[in-house]
Amino acid sequence: MNVLGFPILSVMLAVPIVAGILCLFVSSNAARWVALAATLIDLALGILLWNAYQIGGPQWQFVENAGAFGPFAWKLGIDGIALMLILLSVFLMPFCILASWSSIEHRIPEYMASFMLMETLMIGVFAAQDIFLFYLFFEAGLIPMYLIIGIWGGSNRIYASFKFFLYTLLGSVLMLVAMLWMVQTAGTTDIPTLMAYDFPPQAQTWLFLAFFASFAVKMPMWPVHTWLPDAHVQAPTAGSVILAGVLLKMGGYGFIRFSLPMFPEASSQLFWLVMGLSLVAIVYTSLVALVQQDMKKLIAYSSVAHMAFVTIGLFAFNRQGLEGALIVMLSHGLVSGALFLCVGVIYDRLHTREIDRYGGLATNMPAYAVLFLLFTMASIGLPGTAGFVGEFLSLVGAYKANSFVGAVATTGIILGAAYMLYLYWRVSYGVQRNADAAAMPDLTRRELAILAPIAAVVLWMGIYPESFLAPMRNDVGLLLARVERAAPESDAHLAMGSAPKAAAPAAHAPAAGGH
Amino acid sequence: MDVQLIVFLPLLAAIVAGLGGRIIGRVPAKIITTGALFASAALSWPIFLGFMAHSVEPYNVTILKWISSGDLQVNWSLQIDALTAVMLVVVTTVSSLVHLYSWGYMAEDPDQPRFFAYLSLFTFAMLMLVTADNLVQMFFGWEGVGLASYLLIGFWYQKPSANAAALKAFVVNRVGDFGFSLGIFATFLVFGTVSIPEILAAAPSMANSTIGFLGLRVDTMTLICILLFIGAMGKSAQLPLHTWLPDAMEGPTPVSALIHAATMVTAGVFMVCRLSPMFEVSPTALTIVTFVGAITALFAATVGTVQNDIKRVIAYSTCSQLGYMFFAAGVGAYGAAMFHLFTHAFFKALLFLGAGSVIHAMHHEQDMRFYGGLRKEIPLTFWAMLFGTLAITGVGIIQVAGLPSFGFAGFFSKDAIIESAFASGTTAGGIAFVVGIFAALLTSFYSWRLIFLTFFGKPRWAASEHIQHAIHDAHGHGHDAHDHNDPIQEHAGHDTRPDEAHAHEVPAGTGGYHPHESPWTMLVPLGVLTLGAIFAGMVFHHAFIDLHEGAEFWGGSIHFNAHLMEDIHHVPLWVKLSPAVVMILGFLIAYAAYIRDTSMPRRFVGQFGVLYRFLYNKWFFDEAYNVLFIRPSLWLGRVFWKRGDEGTIDRFGPNGAAGVVRVGNLLTSRLQTGYLYTYALVMLLGLAAAATWVMAR
Repeated sequence: MNVLGFPILSVMLAVPIVAGILCLFVSSNAARWVALAATLIDLALGILLWNAYQIGGPQWQFVENAGAFGPFAWKLGIDGIALMLILLSVFLMPFCILASWSSIEHRIPEYMASFMLMETLMIGVFAAQDIFLFYLFFEAGLIPMYLIIGIWGGSNRIYASFKFFLYTLLGSVLMLVAMLWMVQTAGTTDIPTLMAYDFPPQAQTWLFLAFFASFAVKMPMWPVHTWLPDAHVQAPTAGSVILAGVLLKMGGYGFIRFSLPMFPEASSQLFWLVMGLSLVAIVYTSLVALVQQDMKKLIAYSSVAHMAFVTIGLFAFNRQGLEGALIVMLSHGLVSGALFLCVGVIYDRLHTREIDRYGGLATNMPAYAVLFLLFTMASIGLPGTAGFVGEFLSLVGAYKANSFVGAVATTGIILGAAYMLYLYWRVSYGVQRNADAAAMPDLTRRELAILAPIAAVVLWMGIYPESFLAPMRNDVGLLLARVERAAPESDAHLAMGSAPKAAAPAAHAPAAGGH
Repeated sequence: MDVQLIVFLPLLAAIVAGLGGRIIGRVPAKIITTGALFASAALSWPIFLGFMAHSVEPYNVTILKWISSGDLQVNWSLQIDALTAVMLVVVTTVSSLVHLYSWGYMAEDPDQPRFFAYLSLFTFAMLMLVTADNLVQMFFGWEGVGLASYLLIGFWYQKPSANAAALKAFVVNRVGDFGFSLGIFATFLVFGTVSIPEILAAAPSMANSTIGFLGLRVDTMTLICILLFIGAMGKSAQLPLHTWLPDAMEGPTPVSALIHAATMVTAGVFMVCRLSPMFEVSPTALTIVTFVGAITALFAATVGTVQNDIKRVIAYSTCSQLGYMFFAAGVGAYGAAMFHLFTHAFFKALLFLGAGSVIHAMHHEQDMRFYGGLRKEIPLTFWAMLFGTLAITGVGIIQVAGLPSFGFAGFFSKDAIIESAFASGTTAGGIAFVVGIFAALLTSFYSWRLIFLTFFGKPRWAASEHIQHAIHDAHGHGHDAHDHNDPIQEHAGHDTRPDEAHAHEVPAGTGGYHPHESPWTMLVPLGVLTLGAIFAGMVFHHAFIDLHEGAEFWGGSIHFNAHLMEDIHHVPLWVKLSPAVVMILGFLIAYAAYIRDTSMPRRFVGQFGVLYRFLYNKWFFDEAYNVLFIRPSLWLGRVFWKRGDEGTIDRFGPNGAAGVVRVGNLLTSRLQTGYLYTYALVMLLGLAAAATWVMAR
């Protein structure tokens, strides 16, 4: 067992699913309370998990193995990276329930049940140690999200949910085929064992591409990103929060758990594929975000740009890049989730996402304006907020890997400021053009209770990120040890002395030039 | 403990006033922020004087671990040395005076707690910047002051022009930060650390090394210094990243004085001085710094000569003076650069606050064409601004035969810069010297032009819309009552119809309006800064630029070139006299054009219309950037969206596939659940296949 004396991961998986079933059999109001209670219990368990996690202890902790069930084993366990992502999931869930408290008006028990199922599956993805168990959670997670968009979504929800489904389906089939081949070759379904298994380099490329098809859609990377703006626009607020906050992170988690450690050579070979798509995404989607008229679409496009910082950091093959990518995942989860909640706040009042219908909200909603500003600043990576730490580390790593990648990716900080501040200006500043927008009341206590804790964590992660970096440090080190042998050579290395020759990194060579 | 208090008191005050302003009320919020700043200033001066007396040693306080990732170790820490001490007194002194001044200037604004919170927040960020011992914390302060600047420029957020100016300031600064960031990345790559003392110690050993950058192989230190300098160019409004500063005048005038004159915009100069041992390794980078500084000094001075908005004149003046500081740094006279930063903080804050007092008296009219004859109406403001002008134009008596020299603040610092440029003996230095002399002529001209247009001649108030507004509005009660409630009142002269400027004489007349002197809260800061403008040069020039005392004072916190400081004592007499000659010449031209024969400017415009329009429109930078960057970005954004995402990816991707799938679904006519079942089915089939395969194995 583990230090806690009970199978905490299984309990965390079970609580929401039990609550979800319960939700289906009670009244609407009771369903809300049941869901809230379940998410709070899971949050408490998550904090307990974080406390009990031993930094510097074994790589896999809280391991549970209930033996094989047919093709897969019920094997759970987490490392620091999974721990942080589980915490992100359980932290956001209570706010999702609260944000849906009054804005969802029909089929509430089913809605809450979908969210409960969602929570179980999200935790499952990060906790699974069996490759098929992972696949089950990873793919099944789409079903509740599909329902959430398709049933409780906006006017064009069918098209959005269809697009979401179509993109994801293609990737997942290829990934399943690759998994089957891997299990056959390596003779195990155990993820930690597979992570240390050396697949032949020729096969790695194909396997990498198969997984890439799934993860790139999930991230999403350019050019398979077009499902995201539609899904976000149509999804209810809480759906957007989970989509941006956690579901997108599964792509990054997949790269960390599978692509990089299992196929290091292929990862290195396809360095330019990943970097190229990421750089295009940063510039392309930032420019697209600049001209959006729909708030959610704008934030959705900004998510694509931010997730490109994740892929750039991951494929930098160095510690700063990897740790930066992980922090971007966490901070983007919080910040974009919060931004969608901010949109939800005013959407609930005016029922439009059209930016031009607002304006001058700083006058009648000052508390809202402050929090919205904080999240805007976090989104553009202002130092002192979570956004900066991740973006900065990821860019440091990218520059170390390749100066061209570093330079192009860094333009994201200019464009990001432009589209986010332009959004903020149009929503919060200016004169109050529309009487109905000007009459909107400021944040309610419930809304404040949703946004304030997220704001606190965003600042915490920005000022003292050590709390979040420390648990992941060892695991990043292990991953680095695995991939470093394949790291592509950097173009930005230093050459000492006056002879400008492209020698090997010579940082330790004595300086030939005097001074 | 002192330094923690200096830095964190303003933060605490900002949080209390900003988040609790509505609860504790307006006056307590103002007392807390202003009190915190005066406390910070009171704690800062002993540190500075300690360094002057050589009784304080540099030290470093670590507050908290910040980012730790492999070799990249960054702490929140405060470093105190002579350079920081100079900045501490500049920042806290000007900031506390501006806080006090705002009691009067912002008296009628309904959002005062928010304003004071922003001011204090700015001060905190600026203090974090100047106490940083590593590049990342410096970047924190750098962006923090940028945020405060954004918030304060857009303080009157109902005004579209203020929002546009705020956005522009932030984004243009981000262009600079793009360079700064890459500079930090490259520094970390080369030195394996971001700690400033460690980098400076290792910098000389990197001479002659090369590094790969964008497929090229370039000199390591040149690359790093230029990248970092791009950041400095953004923050300090140097060409071609200067366009945000004049627009930043949309903010309330105290903000212009504090942020856009005395402190934040000097951060770039501070950065170059802080990293001076790095820049010394790369002569190429220093040459670029010199040229950028010289060109900006010239450019901004030319534009300043034809602006009509009082704040814009001072804004371009600031831009130009920053150019002086940069070319001083570029020729290696970091002490002189810092000295000018120090004196400039006093007299430029004075000029801005004086302008604020004029604007306050003139019911938010900012156009100097509608001023005139204010000398007698607001005498205290007049005298304060006169001393500010004497300081910026560099009035003083050159030291002859060992007599103690006398002069206003700018006399010591600007002359030291011009002389160092000459003494440096380099081509770039020679060019900077010539440019510096010419810009000094222009400085003198536009500064006196401002004084003459504002305080001398006949009143031309009647034609001002603001004044008319005030007269109609103020029947019976003081026009103050209306002053600040209407943010549209203060504008930064967005009319770009140059022909009106002088082609049509503005009719004289007071229109029955009576300007009045500002309240004591505004006059006391003016008085204190006047003392600074008079004495800052005389009292402190030994410490900053004297070859012996300077070396001792700076104590290694900047690269102090004693040799160069020695040489400036031996420049030919004509070099020493040139600044004084052009200063007098500028005064005479301004006197001739704006006092003796006021039709002269009009005739000049008639004769040199093209030149005038070129200068009036600020060399058309804004127009060029609009065509080159802003429009193409929006156009590309629309193309990528409509043609890229919707026209290509969706059309051939999901929508194409949708057609195929829709046929199948029409049969069931239950679109959504149909997909769900398909999906679940595929997944289950997959798992079943896996199960079969495992069992069959």
